[in-house]
Amino acid sequence: MQALSISGLKKTYKNNTSALQGIDLTVNEGDFFALLGPNGAGKSTAIGIISCLVNKTGGSVKIFEHDIDTENDKTKTFVGLVPQEFNFSVFERVLDIVINQAGYYGIPRDIALERAEYYLTRLDLWHKRSEPSRALSGGMKRKLMIARALIHRPKLLILDEPTAGVDVETRRQMWDFMTELNEGGTTIILTTHYLEEAEKLCKNVAIINKGKIIENTSIKKLLAKFEKEVFIFFVSGMAGSIKPLSSYNIEKLDDMSLKVELSKGQNISEIVDHLRHEGIIVETMKNRSNKLEELFINLVNRQ
Amino acid sequence: MTGRQKLTAFTTIFRKEVTRFLRIWPQTIIPSMMMMALYFVIFGKFIGSQIDDINGFNYMQFIVPGLVMMSVITNSYSNVVSSFFSTKFQKSVEELLVSPTPDYILILGYISGGVARGLIVGTAVTITSMLFEPLRINNIGFVILYIFLTSLLFALAGFMNAIFARKFDDISIVPTFVLNPLTYLGGVFYSIDKLPSFWQWISKLNPILYMVNGFRYGFLGTSDVNVYLGFAISILFIVMIFMSNLYLLREGVGLKE
Repeated sequence: MQALSISGLKKTYKNNTSALQGIDLTVNEGDFFALLGPNGAGKSTAIGIISCLVNKTGGSVKIFEHDIDTENDKTKTFVGLVPQEFNFSVFERVLDIVINQAGYYGIPRDIALERAEYYLTRLDLWHKRSEPSRALSGGMKRKLMIARALIHRPKLLILDEPTAGVDVETRRQMWDFMTELNEGGTTIILTTHYLEEAEKLCKNVAIINKGKIIENTSIKKLLAKFEKEVFIFFVSGMAGSIKPLSSYNIEKLDDMSLKVELSKGQNISEIVDHLRHEGIIVETMKNRSNKLEELFINLVNRQ
Repeated sequence: MTGRQKLTAFTTIFRKEVTRFLRIWPQTIIPSMMMMALYFVIFGKFIGSQIDDINGFNYMQFIVPGLVMMSVITNSYSNVVSSFFSTKFQKSVEELLVSPTPDYILILGYISGGVARGLIVGTAVTITSMLFEPLRINNIGFVILYIFLTSLLFALAGFMNAIFARKFDDISIVPTFVLNPLTYLGGVFYSIDKLPSFWQWISKLNPILYMVNGFRYGFLGTSDVNVYLGFAISILFIVMIFMSNLYLLREGVGLKE
């Protein structure tokens, strides 16, 4: 079943800005889907329309085969939204924010309390339940929005830059939690500017730019399009300059490291052999570039 | 949503609203009591002692119902306008907009909070007035109906103001330039019988006049206007503003882009 089906979706704002120019997109049930794009590409507008926060100008949106125009109440119960900006009352207590959200979905208070305890504990926020939300750190606020979005157990969770501005440890904790949710059957749509996040978590990806979908495929297929990789070789025994190797681009960074560009079809062992011949031993190496990031930049710039 | 789920959504909003204004009671309950106590002392006692009886009642007795009604109007209105505008300003209104809570439940939840505050403050002001003048009730039914309908009407008006408001200044414009003048000119401090006929006619265009007089009739049994007309006017405005609010929410005016 399709968790989300968007057809010809258009949005033109009052100031005549065309945020979406008729996009088509489908996300299958159970998918972990990345929606990527530069700032102002139309990601948040699309998410706003899906979650009924923005009125569309044209096209249709179906969530689990229910149209948001004709079965609005039903589609809302399927969706959980973690928005980009903090959108809770700074005066309310953490627990109240989550419990109230459950109430808006018609969930009785006793059940809401049980669920709130589960999600807040799972996201390491239970000990903060009695504090006003303004007292939370940035990362905790993000986690609070995740707990709030999950309280009605949505089948489709939309995460709009959920890890923006959070520390590395919290981000990894959130990644684990998102993976667990997805493995439990929740379809997830993720927008992020951390492309390694999309590469690590997502199965499929769509790239949106200037209100149009410019790529819609699996992460694996997208990465297969990658034509060039950059490696850093950490070496010993290097003195002076290096003899060039035809068709390979090798650049000396300092006496201990080299930058090596490897195109599709080129063999890394040829470079290692060449260096060994020069009396240079490759101790370790690392892939310097984020593949998805470079692809993303190429795709967006090409448009 | 089932009926039970809608009830849960309603009670959630209502509880949140009541908790909010009770949490900040020094800002929401006490100021009206203080203000009205000053009115009772200055207008009722100091100045009122120099004014002749109106319709057979001393000035203090005459102004008490109007001042209670004034505090009900102000509090019902300001509770909803400030609360709903704050949720817009902080974007926490999105919590409701993404949920399946029907628009009419959203409105009912917020205005019930406004009515609750209006009634609590109205009761507190009435009790305060008893420190200066014994309470006299002619018809409890009129008192309850008028205070309820009036607070409902102004809570709805506050909701509409919040929908259109884009900045904090916008939530004080209507109370300052519309609500206060209409209330002060709505027969709180005087009987329109004392006015020249032209000003009597002008005063009768003011809907608040009917509410103040209807409420006063409940306490004292005297009114400058037809007290049943006041019910009709209140109900008419309540229906009109409620339907307008429903339409505005459905269209997403001031809430959705």
